[in-house]
Amino acid sequence: MYLLYNHLVPGIDPLSLENVLLVGAGLLTGIPALGSGRCDIAAKSPITGAIGDSNIGGFFAPEMRMAGFDHLVITGKAEKPSYLWIHDGEIEILDASHLWGKDTFETQTLIRSDHGDEEIKSLVIGQAGENLVRFANVRTGMKNSAGRTGMGCVMGSKNLKAIAARGTLDVEFTHPDQLLTYCKEMIDMVMKNRYSRAASKWGTLIIYSTTNTTGLIRTRNFQLNQLEQGWDIEPEEMDKYTIGMSGCYGCPVSCRHRYTLKEGSFAPIFAEGPEYTSLGAFGTMVDCKKMETILVANHLVNKYGIDTLETGGLIAWAMELYEKGIITEKMTDGLRLEWGNEEVVFELIRKISQREGFGSVLADGFKNAIAKIGNESEYYAIKVKGMSNLHSDERPTPSLALGIATSTRGADHLRSRPAIDLYGLPEDFLEEIYGGSMSSDYRSYKGKSRMVWWQELLYAVTDSLGTCKFQTVFLAVHAPKWEEYSKLIYLVSGMQYSIPQLMDIGERIYTIERMFNIREGFSRKDDALPERYFEEATPIGLPRVKGLKIDREKFEKMLDEYYTLHGWDNNGVPTNKILQKLGIEREPSQII
Amino acid sequence: MQKILFVDPEKCTGCRLCEIACSLHHEKVSNPSRARIQIVKWENAGLFIPMICQQCETPICEIVCPMGAISRDEKTGAMLINKELCVGCKLCVMFCPLGGVGIDKNRKILKCDLCDGDPLCVKYCIPGALQFMDANVINIKKRRIAAEKLSELMKKLLEVSL
Repeated sequence: MYLLYNHLVPGIDPLSLENVLLVGAGLLTGIPALGSGRCDIAAKSPITGAIGDSNIGGFFAPEMRMAGFDHLVITGKAEKPSYLWIHDGEIEILDASHLWGKDTFETQTLIRSDHGDEEIKSLVIGQAGENLVRFANVRTGMKNSAGRTGMGCVMGSKNLKAIAARGTLDVEFTHPDQLLTYCKEMIDMVMKNRYSRAASKWGTLIIYSTTNTTGLIRTRNFQLNQLEQGWDIEPEEMDKYTIGMSGCYGCPVSCRHRYTLKEGSFAPIFAEGPEYTSLGAFGTMVDCKKMETILVANHLVNKYGIDTLETGGLIAWAMELYEKGIITEKMTDGLRLEWGNEEVVFELIRKISQREGFGSVLADGFKNAIAKIGNESEYYAIKVKGMSNLHSDERPTPSLALGIATSTRGADHLRSRPAIDLYGLPEDFLEEIYGGSMSSDYRSYKGKSRMVWWQELLYAVTDSLGTCKFQTVFLAVHAPKWEEYSKLIYLVSGMQYSIPQLMDIGERIYTIERMFNIREGFSRKDDALPERYFEEATPIGLPRVKGLKIDREKFEKMLDEYYTLHGWDNNGVPTNKILQKLGIEREPSQII
Repeated sequence: MQKILFVDPEKCTGCRLCEIACSLHHEKVSNPSRARIQIVKWENAGLFIPMICQQCETPICEIVCPMGAISRDEKTGAMLINKELCVGCKLCVMFCPLGGVGIDKNRKILKCDLCDGDPLCVKYCIPGALQFMDANVINIKKRRIAAEKLSELMKKLLEVSL
């Protein structure tokens, strides 16, 4: 984030050659625990114009580190389709004309055969990235995607088809023996909690059972908060298709399904996934009630390289506009955008990726599509800062609602989501974790700004270390956090950080992201929820979540508290005092 | 009774924790290319197969070693390379039919020594694809798995006859 803040000139077009693409491994990349294969990709986002940042699992980051590189700063643009080839201390720019037009799976296979090495790991874009679909993603392996904020679009704009790495260099640690023992403790700590063990069997799909039963899932875009008769997409349904689970580098959980589809018009398919987000994107939001629909759609978005969540969000929005008569078949190339029509979903995925007809309208993201369709359509768009929210309905949960509103990269659950708020944990226990008093009722506003703030700092540090968020305080309470991170940092590097020092690092990262956005013209007014959160109450669900909407006044108060916790003023601008405390009062100090 | 390192590829999730732990233990660095175990993958088909020295009963590495440097550790059952005698001719690497003996970029011979009877890869394998157990336990487990498949077939036959 520091590099991005310092390398970018404010106000540039994200698709111009002035945009900078950063690819980074973390300090803990390569340790035998916590899913240490995470890689972070950042640039100015073509969707939001704010900070673009997406984190990807798999095996690329350690391979890049073993090839001798921790961080890549990619500037300018290649004259013709190219890819980067990184191997044992060398880095080369190679011709990618034979890869152009290929999907994300073919591209990886071709790069491996180019060099005759099956162990090569690549970050690639599909046809969607080449076609500058604003929410094109970056992919590696069968499953992993840096999905959000359109990093694949930035790669496409630079004519960069792939970054391939192969490394056999050592990753050295200060205390290897102690690290090895301590990592086993970390694995045991992670696997002791029931969430991890369930995820080992059904992945993140397990969340659906609880959230759908309760009524926390947006259905038919935002008309309902529960998919009624949605039992055919319960996680256990995956048992029919799965051949086993799959894990990212250094992960004991292995939350990815390996699945096959032997029947249907797209068969045979072998693929990995789907995540909980895809279940919502091509299930609940578009009112499809079949697991097969989700499995095919998941495979298609991965193949073309587009963000599952943004795609599902846009299609669901278009379906509601069609229902309301705001768009008609004239605009949709004759497609009847009816709820639950899987053929339409598949066709729109293809059209978006190929930028064909109505697909091209959606491919430009919410901001541009609204400009084309008309202002009337904006009310129905469930987005923050121009980026789609996942299929989660946050009206009954103020903490989660605040999190999507304040997220620096637009509507997003992975910047702060305090999911443990849903468990109704005892208040003294919550106070022990978050360091302040708060209500144990997830419907309450009391103290929830602190939860969001604390989780933002924690996730900023987790992402920066290069480990997986599912193995810290996310869905499980008893998981590695500050204290464990501090010890791991010491064992790998010899550096000693106290818990307050680590939290300051989280604060520094998040405050720099905030300053980046302020420099691009964002302010308090952008930390806002879609109007529907305040206007429409949840129609169904369990009695305790039915009939709820976000209270505007209480929300604004929560936002005030949240700014205060960060040390930002009432407009969300970091004060000099906090900048000095974090040592970033002179930033950006080295704009290039 | 000496235990056997038993590999069950069906359970492997391809996370490579075994490779990282192995290299960190033996070489004090994180580097799967210097590990004694490797998960061979066909990503596009979802196949993950951990490959490691099987400590053969008729070890070809022992037979081809011109220096007599390879012998069995009676305590653990592992075939060990005597560093004093090894001249690095790599015949063991060439002749092992399973790729069980490897070589790293520093031309060092890599061979599983069962971590002196307590293999670390097994401890780090959470899905249980790697197990260290008595031979007769392996038999029972394998037969039970095979019998389960047969029992399903039997059930189907019964349904037909009913």
